[in-house]
Amino acid sequence: MNWTQLLTDIAAIIAVSAPLIIATMGIYLSERAGVINLSVDGSMLLAGMTGFAVAYTTNSVVLGFVAAALVGGLIAALIAYLGVSLRISQTAIGFVLALLCTDLSSFLGNPYVQQTGPAVPAWSIPGLTTIPVLGQLLFSHDAVIYLSLTLVPLIAWWMMRTRSGLIVRGLGERPDALFARGIDVIRWRYVMVIIGGVLIGLAGAAYTLDLKQGWTYRHMAGTGWIALAIVIFGAWRPWRILLGCYFFAALQTMASRLQDNSWQIPTQVLQVAPFVVMILVLAVVNSLGAPELQRWINRLPTPLRRMIRFLTSPAPAALGQPFIQQ
Amino acid sequence: MKTQFVALRTPIIAMIVALTITAVLLLLAGADVFAAFGVLLTGALTTPSRIADMLMLLAPLLLCAVGLTMSFAAGQYNLGIEGQMTVGGVAAMWFLRGYQDGAPVLVYWIGAVLCGMLMGALWALLVALLKRYMRVSEIFAGLGFNFVALGLALYLVFGPWKRPGVASMSGTEPLADALWLPTVTGTRLTLVTPLLAIVMLAIVWRLIRHTHWGLQVRACGLSALASVRMGVPATRRTLEAMALCGACAGMAGALQVIGVYHALVPNVASGIGLMGLLVALLVRADIRWVAAVALFFAVITSGSIQLPLTLSIDSSISGVLQGLIVLAVIVARARRGEEVA
Repeated sequence: MNWTQLLTDIAAIIAVSAPLIIATMGIYLSERAGVINLSVDGSMLLAGMTGFAVAYTTNSVVLGFVAAALVGGLIAALIAYLGVSLRISQTAIGFVLALLCTDLSSFLGNPYVQQTGPAVPAWSIPGLTTIPVLGQLLFSHDAVIYLSLTLVPLIAWWMMRTRSGLIVRGLGERPDALFARGIDVIRWRYVMVIIGGVLIGLAGAAYTLDLKQGWTYRHMAGTGWIALAIVIFGAWRPWRILLGCYFFAALQTMASRLQDNSWQIPTQVLQVAPFVVMILVLAVVNSLGAPELQRWINRLPTPLRRMIRFLTSPAPAALGQPFIQQ
Repeated sequence: MKTQFVALRTPIIAMIVALTITAVLLLLAGADVFAAFGVLLTGALTTPSRIADMLMLLAPLLLCAVGLTMSFAAGQYNLGIEGQMTVGGVAAMWFLRGYQDGAPVLVYWIGAVLCGMLMGALWALLVALLKRYMRVSEIFAGLGFNFVALGLALYLVFGPWKRPGVASMSGTEPLADALWLPTVTGTRLTLVTPLLAIVMLAIVWRLIRHTHWGLQVRACGLSALASVRMGVPATRRTLEAMALCGACAGMAGALQVIGVYHALVPNVASGIGLMGLLVALLVRADIRWVAAVALFFAVITSGSIQLPLTLSIDSSISGVLQGLIVLAVIVARARRGEEVA
């Protein structure tokens, strides 16, 4: 492998992971507030389809993204109403909405299949592209990818360093304590779930208007489930979620590289391989935190134990549980 | 009399809401709403061959829904059902590949179905074990194993079991003609398939509602902690219920291979398992309604196949209608203060 090839590959990984990062950050915000939005896969499809359809009809990429954000936000608002206000099982409604929105995207998106529409224009940042290595890696993409690059530091800072971020973390850990201090838990949860939904919607449009331009039947189905898995893999910490996104994107890039290989692996197997590896890694990482293994882990030398402790950290304590005002 | 009316009112209102939203969507797509509903509800019942096709969809759907009713009763969201169906198909194909001309066909059929059930049960057990001992949510473990199963099927279809010369998504080399399940003349209906589905329904019905074992499983589903305190072997019952669900799905997959595709195709499951989950969410571990709801879903799904041909409407509207019904019923139940699932 030569140097230029490696640079191209890393730039490709950064590009491929952009919608995933946006989606996982949306999931992160809503899950930190204690609400699971299991509809991500369907939400992204419906929002992506709407985004493409609007951009196609109005010939405006910006309007497409606005429409996608709206759709994502609306689905999230419905989840908030059903899950937070009516206190219905978030798993049940999320799963039904995931299937429902997937079929809805196929039904409503039928006229737009295989059409060529507008796309996000490439936008190299002038001046910065000439920086060796970094210029090619970070500054010769488009607006969506720059958004993905700024989102994680921004959200990490907000969540860990501001008062409102602290409140959001409290929503997922001890909502009753927040309530006792006079904070409207229900309203905060609504806001966080809807913001998360908007990001999930934008991620859908990032596929149809940028990374995987156009619309087909179940255009990027499956990625929403992977995004949900990456958030668990990242143990609800923004930087580790980012790592998970890059890991998955790297697997995907490797899979497409291996297609012109001399090994006898069929292409179709390579296409599902990243999903398989991702979920298996998740299972292993998750299982390291199981109480049944703790006794065994405690016998390990300290550096190893620290590493395992870094890999495993528990979910927000109140995740998925309805809040009942006392 | 009055309580009966109240019990029926919720699903009826939910149905009306779901149908209204579907009608609006059809209008948005510029379709003739009444014609579309007509095709959706009766399209599968117009000719004997269409009824046969509907029954061939109903059988695996019922198998999955019956199994899922079992796992729901134990409080598990078995999203891995599609993968369990796929490995069932793989195991059946593996067994049938040993067939040589002149061997007793019946032995191979029974063997293939048993292999499918066993493999499906093992696949479900893996998920249940990961959940119990490694704290991996059964939802994501199940989804993960769906991808693993799909990868396995793809590998076999394009690798070792590929059709000589032309490896394609259309599947492995077809089974020998003798191994195809016999069909009712002029249709694609293999009588054995719906019969087996009914047998499994009867078995699971009996198990859940009329045995001590079933009572214990339902206790685990309601509260694992409380059932352990009452001396129920909760871990065991949960694992058994999941394995039984996997066996039902594996049987469905095996029957798809022997009776429908006559080969291993990568998407043996083709969304039937997910539809089964919708059915199971709707009936909430109450086995009495499984057959009726599965029949309704099978009718509109088969009917929707006619939509693009007769009215040029996309057939996914059937999935939209099903999703809306389930959502509306869940909401209606919540408003009445019932447990959802």
